[in-house]
Amino acid sequence: MLLAQAPPTTPVSVVPLYVIGAYLGLLVVLGLVSARAFRGTSGDFFVASRSIGPFMLLMSVFGTTMTAFALVGSTGKAFDLGIGVYGLMASWSGLIHAGVFFLIGIKLWAIGKRYGYVTQIQYFRDRFESPTLGYLLFPILVLLVIPYLLVGLLGAGSFITGVTRGMFPEMFASTNGSVPTWLTGLVISGVVLFYVFFGGVRSAAWANTFQTLVFMVMGVVAFVMIAHALGGMSAASQAVIEHAPQKAAREGMIGKAQFLTYCFIPLSVGMFPHLFQHWLTARSAKSFRLTVIAHPVCIMIVWLPCIMIGIWAAAKVGAGELRAPPSSNAVLGLMVNRYVASDLLTGLLAAGVLAAIMSSLDSQFVCIGSMFTNDVVIPLTGRDRFSDHQRLWLGRGFVIAVVFVTYLISLTNPGHVFDLGVWCFTGFASLFPLVFAAIYWKRTTRAGAIACVVTTAVVWAMFFSDAMIFTDKGYLGQKDPGTEEYLVNGVMAVTFVFAASVISLVVVSLLTKPLSRATIDKFFAIEKATATVEPGR
Amino acid sequence: MFWVVWGSALALAVLHQDVWFWGDVTLVLGVVPVGLFYHACFSVACAMVWALAVKFAWPQHLEAWADEFEGPARTRGGRGGGA
Repeated sequence: MLLAQAPPTTPVSVVPLYVIGAYLGLLVVLGLVSARAFRGTSGDFFVASRSIGPFMLLMSVFGTTMTAFALVGSTGKAFDLGIGVYGLMASWSGLIHAGVFFLIGIKLWAIGKRYGYVTQIQYFRDRFESPTLGYLLFPILVLLVIPYLLVGLLGAGSFITGVTRGMFPEMFASTNGSVPTWLTGLVISGVVLFYVFFGGVRSAAWANTFQTLVFMVMGVVAFVMIAHALGGMSAASQAVIEHAPQKAAREGMIGKAQFLTYCFIPLSVGMFPHLFQHWLTARSAKSFRLTVIAHPVCIMIVWLPCIMIGIWAAAKVGAGELRAPPSSNAVLGLMVNRYVASDLLTGLLAAGVLAAIMSSLDSQFVCIGSMFTNDVVIPLTGRDRFSDHQRLWLGRGFVIAVVFVTYLISLTNPGHVFDLGVWCFTGFASLFPLVFAAIYWKRTTRAGAIACVVTTAVVWAMFFSDAMIFTDKGYLGQKDPGTEEYLVNGVMAVTFVFAASVISLVVVSLLTKPLSRATIDKFFAIEKATATVEPGR
Repeated sequence: MFWVVWGSALALAVLHQDVWFWGDVTLVLGVVPVGLFYHACFSVACAMVWALAVKFAWPQHLEAWADEFEGPARTRGGRGGGA
């Protein structure tokens, strides 16, 4: 991806790249160390023997939900749409993510522990007495994870392109001397695959904890450094009022119905298969307490600086002091490259951004392999067809295949990190009624669950193709010419996909035969236990 | 207290739609646009409400229920496969 600035005439230091290299090396070592703690059982590989305590659970869950979308995407989107981006995603997520952890996550942890589940699909198959539902869900969940992986690869590529601009003018002349996105994607994927293959979800949890701390600290450092270079926070923000005042408010940037209907998007965390797996790693229900309380504040610590940097960049462009990058994905990298004077710090900041991205990729890689092994290979071939070792490599092979396909798609530069993330979250969020009904509505039937999944897939595909293929003249909705946001009469498409999902689930469930009493008793025995304890005790 | 917790969560959902700051570009403390400041405070309020939920609406029974293990040996036992 090219940045619009003219190539620098003086040689650019490669120190930041050394720092990034050292950081990646550190992750490889961390993977090897955590692999030594590996207990050699499937329970340890998939759910870390359900041994993760409160702090590591917070870091791994938070690190998994914050990806390139949160750093690269939010800065770029704030550059385009202004401060309202925080309200669209960060504050809604603070309320809804924590609520989902409380209402869904803890119950699924308990059910998963009691019945020994390690993947989301295992739970749904048993809950709805339906292997078919498992086979139906598997490809849909994998297809929805691919855009999520893409967000990571694109975000990493764009950011490193911005940071390394001018470093290799001869080797990478076509990218103004920047490390090209294809190379960044290749290296990042390789490092993450290495450490998750060694220690499974335990490695991912260890790496997530470390990486989440790195990106939270470095995000704040980047914010302070950039503010300092812009003459202080007050001067930088005053420049926004002078040169890009529309970015300091929402008028003309974001519609009120759009702002409201973004509330559906954070419900996606209830159906992320990789998050389900992280929930199962908790040592006890009490481990969730810190996650539920601290998650909204952690989101604020990461998003607030990114939004400010985004609008400060818009002011610099408005003042003519910075040429607009061709893609807003590159705004964060451009600001770090331009305004952080220390090469060492630039390298550390870049490592922080990569940390955020890799802390999501690792969980997704582990999860895809776990689902393939437990939800496809074992149900189809039985436990005896392949040895443990063979199954391990089948899972790894599937992960490599998915990552390879994602990598190839990333080379086509498919779009804005934020928008791609929103489409991915739309799909997962629209499957949320399935998990909610599975836990709280006894009358949900097998046919209702299948109808919900099929309807969601079909309606999501209709809106997605309308937005992506018929870009000039959508049949269902339109892209706003100013903001490039795809809306249906001013409302987010997720609203309609979610509504279709709920209606199909409820109507078909009411029209079809309830599940067996044994299944209802098995999954709602939890209510009997509840009835004996007063709330709050 | 149980209903206070869930009522507060619902109230926050309503307060999210701050139409009163929609076009306001005032900088709080000369630094943060008021619409952004409001939503940063909103995030802190969310943490407080969920802290109340943890304190007063925590499902104490789940721990014991989960420990009554009824899972199949396949998922607790020997090494399986995966990524």
